[in-house]
Amino acid sequence: MAQDGAGSPRDDTTFPRLLAAHARLRAGRTAIREKDLGIWLSWTWAQVHDEVRAIAGGLATLGVGRGSTVAVIGDNRPRLYWTMTATQALGGIPVPLYQDAVASEMQFVLDNAGIEIAVVEDQEQVDKLLEILPTYPRLKAIVYDDPRGMRNYPEKLLVSFDDLVTRGRAHLDAHPGFYEAEVDKGSPDDTAVMLYTSGTTGHPKGVCQTHAALVAVARGDVGFDGFDENDEILSYLPMAWVGDHLFSYAQALVAGFCVNCPESSETVMTDLREIGPTYYFAPPRVFENLLTQVMIRMEDAAPIKQRLFHHFLAVARRCGARIMDGRRGEVSLADRLSYALGDLVIYGPLRNVLGMSRIRVAYTGGAAIGPDLFDFYRSIGVNLKQLYGQTETAVYVCKQPDGEVKLDTVGKPLPGVQIRVADTGEVQVKTPGMLKEYYQRPDATAESITEDGWFKTGDAGFLGEDGHLRIIDRAKDVGRLLDGSMFAPQYIENKLKFFPHIKEVVAFGDGRERCCVFVNIDLGSVGNWAERRGIAYSGYTDLAQRPEVYALVAECIETVNRDLSAEAKLSGSQVHRFLVLHKELDADDGELTRTRKVRRGFIAEKYARLVEALYEAADHCEIEAQVKFEDGRTGTIRADLRIADAKTFAPVGAKAA
Amino acid sequence: MSMSTDEVHAHNPARRIGDTVLSVENISLAFGGVKALTDISFDVRAREIRAIIGPNGAGKSSMLNCINGVYRPQQGVIRLDGQSFRRMDPHKAASMGIARTFQNIALFKGMSVLDNIMTGRNLKMSSNLLLQALYVGPNRREELEHREKVEHIIDFLQIESVRKTPVGRLPYGVQKRVELGRALAAEPRLLLLDEPMAGMNMEEKQDMCRFILDVNDEFGTTIVLIEHDMGVVMDISDRVVVLDYGKKIGDGTPDEVRGNQAVIDAYLGVAH
Repeated sequence: MAQDGAGSPRDDTTFPRLLAAHARLRAGRTAIREKDLGIWLSWTWAQVHDEVRAIAGGLATLGVGRGSTVAVIGDNRPRLYWTMTATQALGGIPVPLYQDAVASEMQFVLDNAGIEIAVVEDQEQVDKLLEILPTYPRLKAIVYDDPRGMRNYPEKLLVSFDDLVTRGRAHLDAHPGFYEAEVDKGSPDDTAVMLYTSGTTGHPKGVCQTHAALVAVARGDVGFDGFDENDEILSYLPMAWVGDHLFSYAQALVAGFCVNCPESSETVMTDLREIGPTYYFAPPRVFENLLTQVMIRMEDAAPIKQRLFHHFLAVARRCGARIMDGRRGEVSLADRLSYALGDLVIYGPLRNVLGMSRIRVAYTGGAAIGPDLFDFYRSIGVNLKQLYGQTETAVYVCKQPDGEVKLDTVGKPLPGVQIRVADTGEVQVKTPGMLKEYYQRPDATAESITEDGWFKTGDAGFLGEDGHLRIIDRAKDVGRLLDGSMFAPQYIENKLKFFPHIKEVVAFGDGRERCCVFVNIDLGSVGNWAERRGIAYSGYTDLAQRPEVYALVAECIETVNRDLSAEAKLSGSQVHRFLVLHKELDADDGELTRTRKVRRGFIAEKYARLVEALYEAADHCEIEAQVKFEDGRTGTIRADLRIADAKTFAPVGAKAA
Repeated sequence: MSMSTDEVHAHNPARRIGDTVLSVENISLAFGGVKALTDISFDVRAREIRAIIGPNGAGKSSMLNCINGVYRPQQGVIRLDGQSFRRMDPHKAASMGIARTFQNIALFKGMSVLDNIMTGRNLKMSSNLLLQALYVGPNRREELEHREKVEHIIDFLQIESVRKTPVGRLPYGVQKRVELGRALAAEPRLLLLDEPMAGMNMEEKQDMCRFILDVNDEFGTTIVLIEHDMGVVMDISDRVVVLDYGKKIGDGTPDEVRGNQAVIDAYLGVAH
């Protein structure tokens, strides 16, 4: 059955027990690293176990016990991961929150989860909690890790992490056997963690996952790709995201591999290069950003380097993916030689710059990845694969096996997973990673699970003859144009977003005669482009409205339209008109979810005037929009937006008919 | 950065402002026939943030240059820790714990952020050039200690991501931060900041304000800063000196200075 991560399969079915087993079996191996003051610090499994015991003792003195919820807020820090295990050891439930959430969003989750104790990274998070405090008096203690700037805070409920550990050790000394007894009381069926869904629809919901489910899922993942204690990962994704929880927490504790925490969110690129992880997981956006950065830097490179780069990228595009798939036989000898040379001068160094030299397996998921983006990584020799799942299924539904990686699928059902497609086209699954419930939301739980026990993913898709699952869009988003042809907005958006100049797209067309889009340009990439052309601009809003930029975007759309015209089902969805928004879509304004997916409905409502203008003959439209700054203040931006037409093409199939 | 600077001070009722550490008495400075400073006197108390403001050409930078010994005033006395100086010299000033930043950034553009800040440790290094070159024995240990101090500063100023980037490639606002870092590396008791927020946008200014307050708060450093932007200064300073045409026209808490008619006239202009 499942691969045995540590110890016997019987006794380690909660995370604290897994940790104890690692501390016994691989006491001296490095469990976690963190870069601090420019130096990588390491902790062995035995040390981690010792720290976790002390933290658990400290949390116990603050009143954390069975069933208590503890908020964990901050960047990926070892102490925050340890806090999760310590909470679980006491029978409590850790609730990681998105660290960039504004105070009011945090308040909803704190209130919903009934949180009394929060463990946070630094002053920034403390400030937010103190801001909430007057309207949320349930909060009994805030534990902070980084003491910087905290010396003169008079609040009584503040506890430094060092104090917590000291108290904890004293507590353990006074109560020998306390920690072990608490761990023994834990059951695999206890809720291990509550992860709040990003809330594409309405308020976030707390997804309760049990130890049993997460361990089973992590064992499945670890077995699927053969991870072991020699693997290394970099943990830089929000701890509140299910992806990070599985990857940096559940899988790490099952397989016993080493987790590395970056120095800060700005240093991730450097840290990635220094660590050279063997296993990597990122949403498509991260891969996209990496590629954009490379492309920008290449445009500033010397001409000869540019020529080499583009030449070998063309070679890689031609044959790299097939070589990656182990189908060497299909590639001509000349191409194979070219590719080998390219690997020496371009792909190898490029992988090194990206920090991907040692990668055995890289996954992406959480959103559809642009085909060209996906191809790029595979063709330069990074084994990037897709997976599919959601918070409610602990991201355990489908994964692409090595050698069966396809652009348009999300892979085959994993061991123990069953998939069916409902009449509505919605994908429904049964998986070991099925959520226990939405916290205190029996209505939502009942709504998302069918009577016969299948989870409704809300995604539209189908199982192909090859056994691979294909996802088209969110089931509720797939619409029809007036002429009845299918309209899958995300599909169009993703195609456009692959262009490095385009950061975000919102497509409209359901129930209308044709498709039109809003575009957000990528300030870094377009800014660089403008600079090299001597186009002066004062900021995002100004640059976005330059006619040159409109021409640039129109070119991108034209390319996509040409592609779409070749696809029978989607040729009707070619983009007819577009505008470039005057501000970047932002999660703080509710336009994106915290995982940075566009909230199409909200945007359509907020910018209703612009949408109407797109479908009228107007060539410009005035708009005034509210923006929320990072410090919580609000302001308005006023702008007059141009609207432009894009070239469309006759469907390729139509000519033949 | 959700908290206004007022709140930061409010959080901190016990910020202990001490006795006078520096006093400037009857300083006059002239370049040929041009009188840059005329009979200026004021004092700076331990752990306070003291601002010198004034319109262009008021003599603010000249004042700072007198304090750390770049200029030699023709008249007057500078008293530091009870010791009187007719004239300071820059090396003496540095060894007595005065560090400064410049209005126009004066960093080594080709060197990394780390190396630039490391140069600020120069006075604290004791081993000789030969040992330093060989990187052996006591020097090795010393170098590691200095590196650690520098890393704390990098962490403090949140510039980890550009640690090894040549300074010349950094945006202006970040360079200003590096310069502050180099001044901090000398572990000064008295920090002179010459227009630390000049040319910055609002966000950069807010960041810089927070750093200045943090330096004052965490290390108890006394800070004398020159600033053009009245708003910024009023928020973070304990006391303000106002200069105009080389003369002192106001001295007091931000509120007192704000209400001072001479200051209002100097800033807003007055009908003659």
